Amino acid sequence: MKAMLLGFVAIAVIAVGADYTLDQMGWSAAEQGASPSNVRLGD
Amino acid sequence: MRDIRHFILGCIMAVLAVVGLSVWMPPSEANAQEAGSVAAEPEIDRSATGGATTLEDIMRRQQGLQTDDNATRSTNLGSAEGAGITDQLGTLGGASDPDLWRGMRFNAADVTTQVRGPAAEVLIQDRGMWWLQFREGPLLTYGGYLLLGTLGALLLFFLLRGRVMIDGPKTGRRIERFKHVERFGHWLLAGSFILLGITGLVSLMGRKFMIPVMGHESYALIAGVSKWIHNNVSWAFMLALVMIFVMWVVHNFPDKTDLKWLAKGGGLFGGGHPPAKKFNAGQKMIFWSVIVLGGSISVSGLSLLFPFELPLFAKTFAILNSTGLPEMLGFGILPETMTPHEEMQYAQLWHAIVSFVLMAIILAHIYIGSVGMEGAYDAMGSGMVEEQWAKEHHSLWVEEVKQRDNKAPSGATPAE
Repeated sequence: MKAMLLGFVAIAVIAVGADYTLDQMGWSAAEQGASPSNVRLGD
Repeated sequence: MRDIRHFILGCIMAVLAVVGLSVWMPPSEANAQEAGSVAAEPEIDRSATGGATTLEDIMRRQQGLQTDDNATRSTNLGSAEGAGITDQLGTLGGASDPDLWRGMRFNAADVTTQVRGPAAEVLIQDRGMWWLQFREGPLLTYGGYLLLGTLGALLLFFLLRGRVMIDGPKTGRRIERFKHVERFGHWLLAGSFILLGITGLVSLMGRKFMIPVMGHESYALIAGVSKWIHNNVSWAFMLALVMIFVMWVVHNFPDKTDLKWLAKGGGLFGGGHPPAKKFNAGQKMIFWSVIVLGGSISVSGLSLLFPFELPLFAKTFAILNSTGLPEMLGFGILPETMTPHEEMQYAQLWHAIVSFVLMAIILAHIYIGSVGMEGAYDAMGSGMVEEQWAKEHHSLWVEEVKQRDNKAPSGATPAE
């Protein structure tokens, strides 16, 4: 039972950790789909 | 035995799913001409348009039917030479509007966009409708039937066979079946898989079944949370999959005891309990299903998690085509060039189809590990199982454990 609960807690920790890490690494959907610079002309 | 039956059922459904995919899969351009020539539909007379698209072609496309004029259309893109500004079509550079639209449809237009990313310059994606229709049609329907059918079959089995009880008298002695770390790995995998299964079904079926009940606003909230869970819990699943593989692979190689176990049908229909080591043949099938199907779901899932970064299918199809297998099996030549979106669509379909098969197998696994068999849950609950249960279902493993326990510690000095 303890192993099961620990497993479920680990799922939550890994999920939150993955979300935070990927965001920090610039892998959010928003950052991947947007350009950081202003309008580029002639590009 | 039930494990085996449901594994076989799962395999059959997987084959059906692949066949269903092939039935719905529009033939690639290379074999479209061939398909057109053998189809029951009369060939369209294009002599009036010099072989180009006719009104019939347009009408067929609007009805979602196959046409075989793509080869003509994809090259009919107007003049490459720019026309003078005062000439006819001059302002369009020598290409008419339909020429430009065809250029976009067949990815031949020179598109410049502010948006960055590998898929940004694809403005029209010809096979998107096929994907959408397959996803909302056969995938959802047959996937749902597979899960409901599995639940129904398990219920029927329970009603006919009842719970598998411990036959002999209970000893009251308990032996350790799984260590803490093994149970942790199992529940990490199990918990994440159930979350991924539920949130995956919400994503696939929510539009059809949840929006009519709760409305768009509520569903949007649930879908958002569901997507977050699905994307992020996937890492726990992948980690647990590696853990499980490392911990248990050594116990899951097939051997001759499996043949005896299978020959006796796992002892499920009488005839005594066939001997088994730590894992019997049914459990080994579950293990390899989880590893192979779970691995495949993970790979296609990674491709979906990082859109357009990990395309899998064009190259896979090219390799498959080179073996000649797809043609031999009647799939024709599989498409070897795809738009980035098309790659994602195949990844999504594969991800969902394999997931449905694994979900069906896991439903059977959950059944036999809980209500289906007395004493089975303890193995993953406390880790300690009743000795009589262990003797009945894993007699060879019990002998191994007893021999190990009776062996003197390695550092012990024999008595003189």
